[in-house]
Amino acid sequence: MKVEVRVFATLRRYLPELGIGEARVMDVPDSTTLDEIRVILELPAEEVKVIMVNHLQADPEDLAADGDRITYIPAVAGG
Amino acid sequence: MARKILRINMGALSFAYEEVPGKWAKWGGRGLTSVIVADEVDPTCHPLGPNNKLVIAPGWVSGAPAAPSSGRTSFGGKSPLTGGIKESNSGGISAQKIAKLGLAAIIIEGVPEKGKWYTLAITKDGVSFDSADDILGKGMYEVDEILWKKFSNEPAVIGIGQAGEKKLSNAGISVNDPENKPGRYAGRGGLGAVMGARGIKAIVVDDTDGPGVEVANMDLFKTGRKKLTDAIMSHDLTKPGGGLNLYGTNVLMNIINEAGGLPTRNFSAGQFEGASLISGEMVAEMVEKRGGGMTGHGCHAGCIIKCSNIYPDEKGDALVSCVEYETAWALGANCGIDDLDYVAQMTYQCNDLGLDSIEAGNTIAIAMEGGALEFGDKVGALGLFDEIRKMSPLGRILGQGVEATAKAYGVHRVPTVKGQSMPAYEPRAIKGIGVTYATTPMGADHTAGYTIAPEIAGVSGKVDPLTDEGKAALSLTFQAATAFIDSTGYCLFIAFPILDIETGFAGMVESVAGVMGLEADGIDAIEMGKEILKVERNFNKQAGFTSADDRLPEFMRYEKLPPHDVVWTMPDEDLDEVFAWMD
Repeated sequence: MKVEVRVFATLRRYLPELGIGEARVMDVPDSTTLDEIRVILELPAEEVKVIMVNHLQADPEDLAADGDRITYIPAVAGG
Repeated sequence: MARKILRINMGALSFAYEEVPGKWAKWGGRGLTSVIVADEVDPTCHPLGPNNKLVIAPGWVSGAPAAPSSGRTSFGGKSPLTGGIKESNSGGISAQKIAKLGLAAIIIEGVPEKGKWYTLAITKDGVSFDSADDILGKGMYEVDEILWKKFSNEPAVIGIGQAGEKKLSNAGISVNDPENKPGRYAGRGGLGAVMGARGIKAIVVDDTDGPGVEVANMDLFKTGRKKLTDAIMSHDLTKPGGGLNLYGTNVLMNIINEAGGLPTRNFSAGQFEGASLISGEMVAEMVEKRGGGMTGHGCHAGCIIKCSNIYPDEKGDALVSCVEYETAWALGANCGIDDLDYVAQMTYQCNDLGLDSIEAGNTIAIAMEGGALEFGDKVGALGLFDEIRKMSPLGRILGQGVEATAKAYGVHRVPTVKGQSMPAYEPRAIKGIGVTYATTPMGADHTAGYTIAPEIAGVSGKVDPLTDEGKAALSLTFQAATAFIDSTGYCLFIAFPILDIETGFAGMVESVAGVMGLEADGIDAIEMGKEILKVERNFNKQAGFTSADDRLPEFMRYEKLPPHDVVWTMPDEDLDEVFAWMD
């Protein structure tokens, strides 16, 4: 199945070929978890604070589904 | 030497030092400005009339030796924008200087002879009242420059732009940064107009040879300071090279967009297709590519987070500090504008004229909604600031903020609470922040109870932003904690490391206790925060506010917000529950 993955802020250094807000489209087997995709992308677990799937917060052990928009987010906040 | 109150009377052009009365002794920052306003200002007075006051206070730890990121100055008074109590606090270099003069607070009352304008200079020797004729009518960039030439020792400059002089409801109060640029604003709620109504164009604060900040228990203070500093320096968000340091508050643009909670084109959608072009990542890219700017800029000496930036223009010259998340959103996404250079130029205009950039961006969006311009018309949007500069009738309407402009243009999608417009988080998609907007005594204000921390950022737990459940309690906890932090003088951004790292929280409390001469376990931050909220809510009640004022605008109940296609569903009873403990 295909998923599209985005990373922002300090996590962008691990996928430097992506422009700001650009997605990497990945082919992953069925029953792949969000955490497994993180491992494939070599994003350090301790730097991923939040994962969003289709604009909603998700858990690392959740399964990805075909067409999902997945975003890995580091510690962020602002004002 | 115990801290003093400095009372300035603009009618008599006189000043006096007073002991801090017992009833105010435990307060600093927001707690102190709010209790003074509540005690001394008639809640029914006209905000621009002779009976309002402007109260200024540094926090408890501001100016104490090496207290990290503690440069907040609190400003209080009755708001011309909301008609309620207003506390708006700012970074910049004023807090430490006021504190080092041994002042707990400055209370400014009375009005001078009509047409007279003053620059007040506060030093260890007292207050001088100079004519402000040399800076009247000028924008804050020029004012700061002139006053640093006129006064020695690179003083703090607290000033108002043309908006404050004309007493527009969207006038903020500027504080200069270490490079003597305006851009640190007590922006919200029109306190610049309150200062203007006292005939004050600028207040210069020089702390040379001041007595310094008395620290009652230096050992306890140092112990707490170290724990807090360690927490800030180790947390991924606030450490050197962390999210805030590299990208500033605007690190949120892409994230809130991803969450579907980025108010777009006057709160008609939750995502903006141009978000990445105005994001913190793009600011950093521009700084790197063009030179002449910087990220990791500190707004005051002793800040160890350094979330500010200096944005460069196309030629690589410094243009403006700072392109914040709120600013980039208000003047960008919410107006359908995806050009960072225009956002930066409009930010400069806000800083110069003395306008709150959140209210200014929302106002432009309303004008766009009303047909004055198309959404996305960046040239037209920038041109609207000329109207305010000229003080044309249109400019004066725009300078009054969102509600006045919405009436002028016949717009019904008006994103305000208590007369103050919403910041950069869509309450239909992030329900807890909606509870804060609705119920804080300040009018729609994200900083008043930043539930974004758990609802979006995973700080202090993980909470579903789309559900109503539990949000009343969540908002109250954050509102109370915020009222406390706003009293410390610490930047609100310490909240993230202290919520995630227990020793950081303990250190924050110990540092406060050390300065104030209290036992650390005698400080209950949430209870003290609630006490402040109670004082503020009671002021509003006496000013005529009821539960009907604790509501979000009607359109949010029936207009579905994409991409989640959600409306505001929070029952009124839940909103009334937030402050039911006061009754």
